[in-house]
Amino acid sequence: MSDDARRLRAVDVVIVGGGWAGSIMAKEMTEAGRSVVMLERGPDRSTAADGAYPASIDELEANFRYKLFQDLSKNTVTIRNNSRQTALPYRRMAAFLPGEGVGGAGLHWSGVHFRIPPDDLRLRTRVIEKYGAKFIPEGMNLQDYGVSYEELEPFFDKAEKVFGTSGEAYMVKGQVVGKGNVFSPSRSDHFPLPALKDVYTAHLFRKAAAEVGFHPYSLPAANASRQYINPYGVQMGPCNFCGYCSGYACYMYSKASPNVNILPVLRRHPLFELRAGCHVMKVELDAEGRRATGVTYTDPDGAVVTQPAEMVILTAFQFHNVRLMLLSGIGRPYDPARNEGVVGRNFVYQNVTTSNVWLDRGIDTNQYIGAGGGGVAFDDFNSENFDHGPLGFVGGSPVWVNQAGVKAIAAAHSGGPPGTPRWGSAWKAGVIDTYRHSLRIDAHGANMAYRDVYLDLDPTWKDAYGQPLLRMTFDWKDNDIRMNRYVVDRIGDVAKAMGARRVNLTKREFGRPFDTRQYQTTHLGGGAVMGTDPGTSALNRYLQSWDVHNVFVIGANAFPQGTGYNPTGMVAALAYWAAHHIRTTYLAHPGPLAG
Amino acid sequence: MAWGKRLCLLAAVLAAGMMATPLARAQDQAPDHQLHGQDGDDAVARGEYMARVADCGACHTVPGGAPFAGGMAFHLPTGTLYAPNITPDRQTGIGRYSEAEFSRALRRGIRRDGATLYPAMPYPSYARLTDADVHVLYVYFMQGVKPVTHAVAQDGMVWPMSMRWPLSIWRTLYAPDPEAVRRDMDRRTFADPLVARGSYLVEGPGHCGACHTPRALTMQEKALTAADGPLYLSGGDVVDGWRPVSLRGENRTGLGRWNEHDIVRFLATGRMPLGAAFGGMADAIGHGTQHMTDDDRLAIARYLKTLSPAAPMVAQGWTYDPAVTDALRAGDVSARGARAYVDRCAACHRTDGRGYPTTFPPLAGNPVVMDPRPDSLIRIVLEGNILRATRQAPSAFVMPGFAARMDDRAVADTVTFIRAAWGNDAPAVTGVDVARIRRTLSPGHPPASLPMN
Repeated sequence: MSDDARRLRAVDVVIVGGGWAGSIMAKEMTEAGRSVVMLERGPDRSTAADGAYPASIDELEANFRYKLFQDLSKNTVTIRNNSRQTALPYRRMAAFLPGEGVGGAGLHWSGVHFRIPPDDLRLRTRVIEKYGAKFIPEGMNLQDYGVSYEELEPFFDKAEKVFGTSGEAYMVKGQVVGKGNVFSPSRSDHFPLPALKDVYTAHLFRKAAAEVGFHPYSLPAANASRQYINPYGVQMGPCNFCGYCSGYACYMYSKASPNVNILPVLRRHPLFELRAGCHVMKVELDAEGRRATGVTYTDPDGAVVTQPAEMVILTAFQFHNVRLMLLSGIGRPYDPARNEGVVGRNFVYQNVTTSNVWLDRGIDTNQYIGAGGGGVAFDDFNSENFDHGPLGFVGGSPVWVNQAGVKAIAAAHSGGPPGTPRWGSAWKAGVIDTYRHSLRIDAHGANMAYRDVYLDLDPTWKDAYGQPLLRMTFDWKDNDIRMNRYVVDRIGDVAKAMGARRVNLTKREFGRPFDTRQYQTTHLGGGAVMGTDPGTSALNRYLQSWDVHNVFVIGANAFPQGTGYNPTGMVAALAYWAAHHIRTTYLAHPGPLAG
Repeated sequence: MAWGKRLCLLAAVLAAGMMATPLARAQDQAPDHQLHGQDGDDAVARGEYMARVADCGACHTVPGGAPFAGGMAFHLPTGTLYAPNITPDRQTGIGRYSEAEFSRALRRGIRRDGATLYPAMPYPSYARLTDADVHVLYVYFMQGVKPVTHAVAQDGMVWPMSMRWPLSIWRTLYAPDPEAVRRDMDRRTFADPLVARGSYLVEGPGHCGACHTPRALTMQEKALTAADGPLYLSGGDVVDGWRPVSLRGENRTGLGRWNEHDIVRFLATGRMPLGAAFGGMADAIGHGTQHMTDDDRLAIARYLKTLSPAAPMVAQGWTYDPAVTDALRAGDVSARGARAYVDRCAACHRTDGRGYPTTFPPLAGNPVVMDPRPDSLIRIVLEGNILRATRQAPSAFVMPGFAARMDDRAVADTVTFIRAAWGNDAPAVTGVDVARIRRTLSPGHPPASLPMN
């Protein structure tokens, strides 16, 4: 394949994937004076075209026909619950929604923009310190990231300033400064913008959670609470709570995206070239397999092209990064039987369930209003913020009301309370009651990594380019189910304090397998994780391949296990972290950054 | 203060004034424009700068086309004009022009073959160009611009305007004689060299008056310089559907409430807290003023701020009136156009009309909104607009058009509402006004090049 490919003129850096991670790395590399080609499989996208109001706020096109999402007819994954089953292709979007096109998931995301709890970065160490090594369940591959919060802090700060993130700090430079999350670590600076206002349901939830004794705070949101100019000089508009965030290009320019926040500057940089419609099939390695020489891709005309480069940065979304490593022979593939090998290891998801609360019919919950990243949360049961000892599980879950704008089709789809008929006037009454007077509360929990949950190449199914699909082997484990059930009961406490007329607590059920037909979250993680031990991580703590030093792999694939938070803020910080070390060390002395 | 002290102070001020630099003239070069040599790369670079100042590209470069290869259409009431190819191509461009012929075309409006140029070419303003600037422009167009073979379509002017000989008479009657202009420039002096430089840029190469000064029935600008009286830059006739506003000191409809810094920022980025660029000005900024030096932008700003209001103030200066805001916030949308405003406009421009500067411009107190002629406002509502990215402001913003979703009456009601809210005091518009403008919407809309942010 590669021998017949047309060879282009070499560039310094080739970047695979035009989302947040790719755009950040491209910006940093051009700032360092390196020529960059960014390859994006999908089409080019912009607010003017994809966010043109009012045609853009078409729920059918955006949320049900998946305008901004991956074309599954060309490439998808296969899924099974365990290694005794035969995996089948994921042919219809449901459980998770990978993006496609310039901006990637960063264009269709909601905007929740978290840092990470410091304990999550060293979870294995912390759990052993607090509860002893025996506390870790059999089969759980609990690991540390190999990087500390203090090391990442400047890059969290930078990402927030680039994204124009709205939020309220709790502690800045060790001083308590506001009513932010009391469990959050100290920050070097405030959020660049004040927190979004509470929608009514979030206001009620804040009050009730505090009454129960929890510690509510405003979700950090990359939905700008007012107009903003970021450090690159680009401008954002203010969020107007229209609710058309997730699945949409924001017509107000107020939801941070690579397209709005970074690419306007990058596109005019003489060292930067964006090539859309280019599907990368393989990272090319030298004869010894120790150094990447470039990538081979299929261009929009179907021609196979090789782009030589001094460095290859994979930023193609979590599972595409893992697949490209497997297809290219970068790093040793994971073997679940022996729990050895690293590429495909520690594949994780996120443990999310949504409960519903109905309030008195005199209270309108105005669910059509919303901001993708807005809302109120409490972290009393997240990370190591509570004593897991008597509870006997690892991991935790933030709880929140994140009213992101319920639209007509979605409202009709979700129907009425349990037991409501699926048609007729009773259905109608149930839908109306639910839409007008209910709210949703999420338990947005962490999913731990397990020895028999992993990614590998499917032996049967191939994509449109003749390459094997990636195979997911995934199921829920008792530890995570118990965590979810415990936290959802706390939602029940808050719902009671809200004066709920009716509550439907949704919990994970023991023995009920992962169901790909239900949307859960697109927050997939792991598979090519970072760490300090080449035996258990594919990447060193700078997100550099242990085996091929001029390949960096940026994404949620680097998370050794799941967290309760949304991943984008962490991915962006890891991108700036890796870029910093590439710029300050690697470019002058190419070679392994960690030994 | 005692009289003696005042006199001393006065004497000191006068003395200081006399000791300062002598009075400046428009054609004096600003310090950073001192000529270092007449030819070579330096002249090409300075010529390129002057071509930007003179905004040659606005007409002679088609968006997305080769620089200066011509073809831009001018839809005038008398027909359609196409800007010629001014690359140094010898067949289809200006490659055969000598410097003298080039100068004559620029300053007198006479083509190499002796025919008269349509005054869409602003030679009445370019008559003020200095010899030095004409020279560097010539060097740039001959050496710095890539020759492109591109025969521009024939002028689409209908008879009798298609004949060129009457233009010669027009030119003789109305275009200034460069020699007389030079004598006039020598006589006119300014206390502030920055104002002098500003007058040169605005009245000369910048040819701001070509759009912003009203024209007589016979099409000549009613004033060519600030010295010609208060009609100069007092607001022009509609060009390409856009009404150029007054650049004089009127409080409500001119630049009375813009300070120097506002103007500098506007010329650099197309946006400042009181408003945003659209229509032809967006092109003038894109091709021209965003590429100027800060000193030249400041010179323009300081000069414009010397222009008094065209007419004595009849109304009070604009102050914000919260009555409409209070009504809208109380849910009262009974005023005509209020409901449509809340539904269609307020998400960006807000119920208080203040917008989100400098992302979404305010409508409260905006001179364009209060302009006696509502053409621009109606057009923006119908076809939307794009605030283009500039070097200093890399983000573009797109306003959607409402032509397909609002009928003439609804647009008229909304525009009337905006023109009378928040202290604005402009007269109502009618559905007939809207219909007139709807008929002229360009078929090329939406524009071919959409911003990519």
